[in-house]
Amino acid sequence: MSSHTYDYLDGNAAAGELSSLFTMDVTAARGQCAHCGAINRFAEAHLYMQGPGLVARCSVCQHVLLRLVNARERVFLDLTGMACLILDT
Amino acid sequence: MGIVSRGFSGRRSGAEVKLPPGQHLTTGFPVLSAGPTPHVPLDRWEFAIDDGTNVLRRWDWKSFRDLPTETFTVDLHCVTRWSKLGTSWEGVSLDTILADVKTDASHAMARSYGDYTTNLPLSDLRNKQAWIAFRFDNKDLAPEHGGPARLLVPHLYLWKSAKWVRGLTLMHQDKPGFWESLGYHIYGDPWREQRYSGDE
Amino acid sequence: MWRVGKVVALYDETATARTITLDVSDWPGHVAGQHVDVRLTASDGYSAVRSYSIASAANSERRIQLTVERLPDGEVSPYLTQEIAVGDRLELRGPIGGWFVWRSQQTEPIQLVAGGSGIVPLMAMIRSRAMAGSTAPFRLLYSVREPEVAFYREELQALSDHDGSVNLTYAYTRAAPRNWPRPPSRIDAPLIANTTWPSNLVPTCYVCGPTSFVESVTGFLSSSGNSPDKIRTERFGPTGDRK
Repeated sequence: MSSHTYDYLDGNAAAGELSSLFTMDVTAARGQCAHCGAINRFAEAHLYMQGPGLVARCSVCQHVLLRLVNARERVFLDLTGMACLILDT
Repeated sequence: MGIVSRGFSGRRSGAEVKLPPGQHLTTGFPVLSAGPTPHVPLDRWEFAIDDGTNVLRRWDWKSFRDLPTETFTVDLHCVTRWSKLGTSWEGVSLDTILADVKTDASHAMARSYGDYTTNLPLSDLRNKQAWIAFRFDNKDLAPEHGGPARLLVPHLYLWKSAKWVRGLTLMHQDKPGFWESLGYHIYGDPWREQRYSGDE
Repeated sequence: MWRVGKVVALYDETATARTITLDVSDWPGHVAGQHVDVRLTASDGYSAVRSYSIASAANSERRIQLTVERLPDGEVSPYLTQEIAVGDRLELRGPIGGWFVWRSQQTEPIQLVAGGSGIVPLMAMIRSRAMAGSTAPFRLLYSVREPEVAFYREELQALSDHDGSVNLTYAYTRAAPRNWPRPPSRIDAPLIANTTWPSNLVPTCYVCGPTSFVESVTGFLSSSGNSPDKIRTERFGPTGDRK
């Protein structure tokens, strides 16, 4: 029952926001979806950012990989949707 | 604050209306999403109230549309700071939905097609404060705005008005939903500017 | 970490798109394909942030160029394409991105596919290739509505004519020049088959444009034998409130 409307961007669009939290580039990192196990570059994740927060979803199963909220002086980051993130140093 | 950009004011309009603190008026109807728009065929749509274990009441589209409806006009306030005043809707009051439901639950988790959830006190769903809305501006509610039906609770920030609503899970204890578990306020009263957790 | 860039030049690429040249004193250098986040702040503190790809080549200068298309409902693009003046300052964050990039050490065939303003980061790759003196074989398939809205026409023509090292194909989707061999239409499988590198040459593909464009083109590139890890994508779209 999911959509074929193209209302998402990709992990590249989140890179600026994430650059203030990660010192290494996240877009080239490979992430494993905690739900379906697919491993893909974070740049290819489906990104929803027109909302109260930023939501990155697995391009294969659509489950949430990562969520981020800017709440004034705090950033809330949820990475539980990724079983693991492999960054190249 | 960043350096001020000469001549930039953004999209906002400053009208002389009373808005909750920190809000600005919008002329459009912004579409915010946390995920793909679900497309729910009406012959498979349902709305169910459960207590976490058992389904207490269930409606399919036909039985839902047989319920008495109301038309109403309300103001919407989104936590991303836009407000849209005087929006017209048609929907079924939660008072009607909850009429036959016997419960001593204090809260409810609204659940949507997709994976969105949001929590509310049951008392905020009662007393003419909430609807399951299926028509906006005299047209069937578009999928991008939550159609076929969405929860509408205009006295709280709009993230509490779950799009693509599919049911309520009654709870005896408040539990945070999708955004409430990631820094947003557990209740969300725009007039007290309760945007984030910890706001008074 | 926000830097400040000073606008030193403005150039109208088309009726609705403008290239902004910025002097950024602490610019650390960039790689072709990277972007910046631009932040505008009103006098009451209200701010809006949007991402724009860097159009200029990777080089050792402290100047970068952004090409911005004015969106009809935009909040930031009308300001950047109409209001901003030489001497104004812009806040930027970047350079950003490490996946959708081309480095001059890459020698394999490169297939670029641009949809509309998706040409911008790909132009940075083309310019970087020239600046580095690279001989990596490049092909560009550039999809636009009509000729008048294409960016960098003369420059692309010169590169294509010069030594043919950047093989250029336009795909017009709404209106084509007179006697154009292909009627206005979107990119399809035959066009991909006829104008892009054969997949057995194992090119690295870069696809940039609106999401629907990227999904469609990626599908065609996959079907013609390119493996997913050889196709890099960047989707453009609105990041402010969708009206």
